[in-house]
Amino acid sequence: MTQHSDDSNRAAPIPIRVEIENLTKYYGKTLVLDSVNLQVREHEVICLIGASGSGKSTILRCITRLVPYDHGVIRLDGMNTDGASFGRNGLAKRIGIVFQAFNLFPHINVIDNITLAPCKVHGVQRKDAEAHAEELLALFGMSEFARSYPEQLSGGQQQRVAIVRALATNPEVLLLDEVTAALDPELIGGVLRIIRDLRERGMTMIIVTHEMSFARDVADRVCFLDSGHILEQDKPQKLFSRPEHPRTAQFLQRIIEAGRL
Amino acid sequence: MSQDQPAAGRAAHVSGQPERAGPAPPARQTLSFRERYVPFIVSFLSVAIVFALIARVVTAAEHWPRIQLQFFNLDAMVEAFPAVLRGFLRNMRVWFVSLFAIAIWALILAMARSLSGPLFAPLKVLAILYIDLLRGVPSLLLVLLFGFGVPALQLRGLPSSNVFWGSVALVMGYSAYAAEVYRSGMEAVHDGQRAAAKALGLSQIQTLRYAIVPQAVRNVLPALLNLAVALQKDVALLSVIGVRDAVREAQIYTARTFNYSSLIAAASLFLLATVPMARLTDYVARKDQERRLQRTV
Repeated sequence: MTQHSDDSNRAAPIPIRVEIENLTKYYGKTLVLDSVNLQVREHEVICLIGASGSGKSTILRCITRLVPYDHGVIRLDGMNTDGASFGRNGLAKRIGIVFQAFNLFPHINVIDNITLAPCKVHGVQRKDAEAHAEELLALFGMSEFARSYPEQLSGGQQQRVAIVRALATNPEVLLLDEVTAALDPELIGGVLRIIRDLRERGMTMIIVTHEMSFARDVADRVCFLDSGHILEQDKPQKLFSRPEHPRTAQFLQRIIEAGRL
Repeated sequence: MSQDQPAAGRAAHVSGQPERAGPAPPARQTLSFRERYVPFIVSFLSVAIVFALIARVVTAAEHWPRIQLQFFNLDAMVEAFPAVLRGFLRNMRVWFVSLFAIAIWALILAMARSLSGPLFAPLKVLAILYIDLLRGVPSLLLVLLFGFGVPALQLRGLPSSNVFWGSVALVMGYSAYAAEVYRSGMEAVHDGQRAAAKALGLSQIQTLRYAIVPQAVRNVLPALLNLAVALQKDVALLSVIGVRDAVREAQIYTARTFNYSSLIAAASLFLLATVPMARLTDYVARKDQERRLQRTV
């Protein structure tokens, strides 16, 4: 197990949870990911930043195999996610993903949204799944929403429910795809609070975000993506204050000008 | 009658006034008598006038007295009514049973059509073929082919009644249409829903069953009801294969008495059933519209 020198504050060998090797993906003839390499260790929180179209979300979609990719290997706990080692269900159970647009099922209530996958895919008894869902809702202070329908909730509340839904199968890794981008500014706080809380609980997360101050705050490591490459990755204090690559500096400069850092 | 027209015109003018005063802060709760009833009276009057004019033109025709005797003879209608009603109830039974068969069969077709991947390719191709073929043949021809053709095969274990095979023809033809209606509803469900279902580990069929279809059915309910109204009239096609439905019974009476009033009796019975259905469809469509508007707010 290799260990980065800049991670000396962590206890000795921390296992690698997600390992991406030479990930390459085309949409038609457009190259969106160009040999991306990334290692995520247990309990680590990674933030992916970069301009729109730089491939951040596509990485998450490749990890969950929502989209096929052309080249490279993605491993979860050392096992190839493309092989037969997991199958569709196994991978979905161990990796949770939350989308920008929440994508809750509007025709069923909150508790049914949360218990759908455990009951129908993973064969959990309905009673147990509901008990677990209630527990998770209580943990994040959302017990009152259990019987509400998504359209009765605010965007922020819906997104928090979507996070709980992704957690319902006890995944080892949580992927968050611009989860606050569709929210009114005053609703963002509640969602970010949950993510901070999850970090405290040791959840391994890969977060695509435009909230730079949040990334600086919550990330163990920030990766800057530019046209399908991870151009630079470092601790947030370092990357945000002394970026090595001119493209990173330029991107951060624009963010500052836009008043978002 | 000609005196009514200026009155209607004046009323329309009056009812226009409150609208022109619109930009002022609206006090909607306190509609005056005029605001509330004048539009209603105007529309009622204009409908009455149009129908009165038509009646005037028709009854002024040279042959009207004879037509009236042959088509609108109350005695003949009363005489034919029991048989026509019996036939009509048969129509409605066929309609009701076919509705359920169509709703289910069409949904299966639509689901088969929306599947992807090599495993489901044969199913998908079959569904597309079925829908293309059955939509391309007139319902009347389907009824004739099934009603006369299949019983003639004398297949063992299958019913040979013409009502049964006529209904099968309607179900097969209509489910091709209904399948396309379902499909449009399924395609209208946002892609994010599919992504979420897939990410949660749901299989294609589970995704349809638990995420897509329930939303799609809600989306297309008004369109499906429209098809139900169309079917309510098309059940009369069974008369061509000898099913003694309302039309057939009316024709039998006509052949016996040379009086066509029984057809009017049959038409009235159909109207009695279809008009409420059409109102219901409108009502459901309006509710659906309101639901969509609420969601976007």
